[in-house]
Order: sequence, then C-alpha cells, then structure tokens
Amino acid sequence: MDEHTYRERFTIEGRNLQAAGEVSSKIRDLLKDIGLPHDIVRRAAIVSYEAEMNCVMYADRGVFRFVVTPHVVVLALEDEGPGIPDVDVAMQEGYSTAPDEYREMGFGAGMGLPNMKKNSDEFSITSVVGHGTKVESIIRISAEEDDRDDTQRDH
Amino acid sequence: MTLKEIIERFDLTVHSGEDNLEREVTGCYISDMLSDVMSNSRRGQLWITLQVHQNVVAVASLRELTGIVVIGGRTPLEETVAKARDEGIPVLTSPLTAFDLSGRLYEAGLRGRS
Repeated sequence: MDEHTYRERFTIEGRNLQAAGEVSSKIRDLLKDIGLPHDIVRRAAIVSYEAEMNCVMYADRGVFRFVVTPHVVVLALEDEGPGIPDVDVAMQEGYSTAPDEYREMGFGAGMGLPNMKKNSDEFSITSVVGHGTKVESIIRISAEEDDRDDTQRDH
Repeated sequence: MTLKEIIERFDLTVHSGEDNLEREVTGCYISDMLSDVMSNSRRGQLWITLQVHQNVVAVASLRELTGIVVIGGRTPLEETVAKARDEGIPVLTSPLTAFDLSGRLYEAGLRGRS
C-alpha cells in the first residue's frame, strides 16, 4: 500500500502575499504529474488555494500536509494564528473578517471556506481562538470521474 | 479564436507571456474577486479584471486561463508582470472598460458559459 501513497509537507509563511499561491501551484503540478483526472486536479487546486490564502492572510505560519493514495487526495492545513471564534458563522457564504486592504485586492469575498467545502467530498474545520485553525479536505478519486469541467464547457 | 487574434483585433497591449499567445481562447470571465474566479472560471478562458497586483497570476495559472486582461487603462504592477513572465501567463491591457471590452468580445463570438 505504502508505495502507492505519496506524501508531501509544505510550510507556509503567514502575511507574505508575495509567495501566496506557490504551494497550491506545486500541489496542482504534482497531481497533474501523477495523472489524476482534470476534475480532481481542479477541485484540489481550488481547495489548496483557498486554504493557502486564508493562512497567508490571517495566520503567522502554517503547515500544509498533502497525501495522495490510489483512492483519495487529502489536503490538510494547520496554522498558528488568531483562530476563528465561531466556525459556523465563518462557513457562511459572504461572511468575512478581511480588512479593507485585502478586500480591495479582491480577497475577502467570504467564499473561501464555502468553496473549500463545496469542492471536497469530506471537509472538516476546527479552530482554537488564540492558537490556530486546522482544515482538512478529502477528495475521492473514483473511477467514474470524468472531465466534468470540460464537458460543461460550451464554446 | 486564438489569444493572438484577440490581441490584434482588440488592440490589446502585451506585457508578458509572449510565448503563449497561440492558445485557443474558449471564452471569457469577468470578475475582480479572486475566489470567484477560482471557483467559476473555466480552463482556457480569458480573464477580464481591474486587479493589477501579482496574486492574479497564481489564480490564472491554477485555473489554466489563457490570459489576464487588465482593463480601464490600468497598469499591472511590476511584480505582477515579473511573476507572469516567470509563469508564462499573458498579461494584457486595454484602455476600454470591462463592459465595453466584453461587449466587443461577445460580438466577436466569445461567450461565458452559455
């Protein structure tokens, strides 16, 4: 089993918008290299990007763990940061605590966490105020997955 | 229509990604919210936005968009162009507003989702 499992660990520097997106890009490239269907890669890229951006914008630092087995992609990001007082409220679409500076850049639409959940088969979030937040997303790789993104596309 | 044809027809200025202008543009998406583009744009689309900062490059790259058009005569930041060069993402500019440019692209046959 083990030889079919791929693991990687990335560290993310908080409040460094310059490097934001690099970890997601690496994950996307790795999944493409493994040869996973486009739809899985797309969903994993969205989840990774939103997780990474949350860490970059709000936390001091974070560790992104990435596991691929023949059946699932697991994306888990644990950050050290302020935490989220009410996770249920934070999960609501449109809710954001982003400062104006980030909103002007097109962040803080309150879509990050809902998007992560929407693109995951299983999604969990736990947070301790003053300590940090952990998000975990599982995306199942099923044999029936096709290129949904492309079949929907209409020229 | 290829990106190059769009650039010539609509007089867009190319700032980066000169090697990737032959790609087929499958449609367009307009938004200034990055999460929205991450979620709702489609591979191969051209992204129209007023955002000039470097984080647009990661979004375009992750979503495999054909390029970014910065509208309204805005100038992309130097670090945006530098990052786009590294990643081979075409960053283009137009003096037109998002509405006017989109109208012309629509007229030329480009679509969003429908």
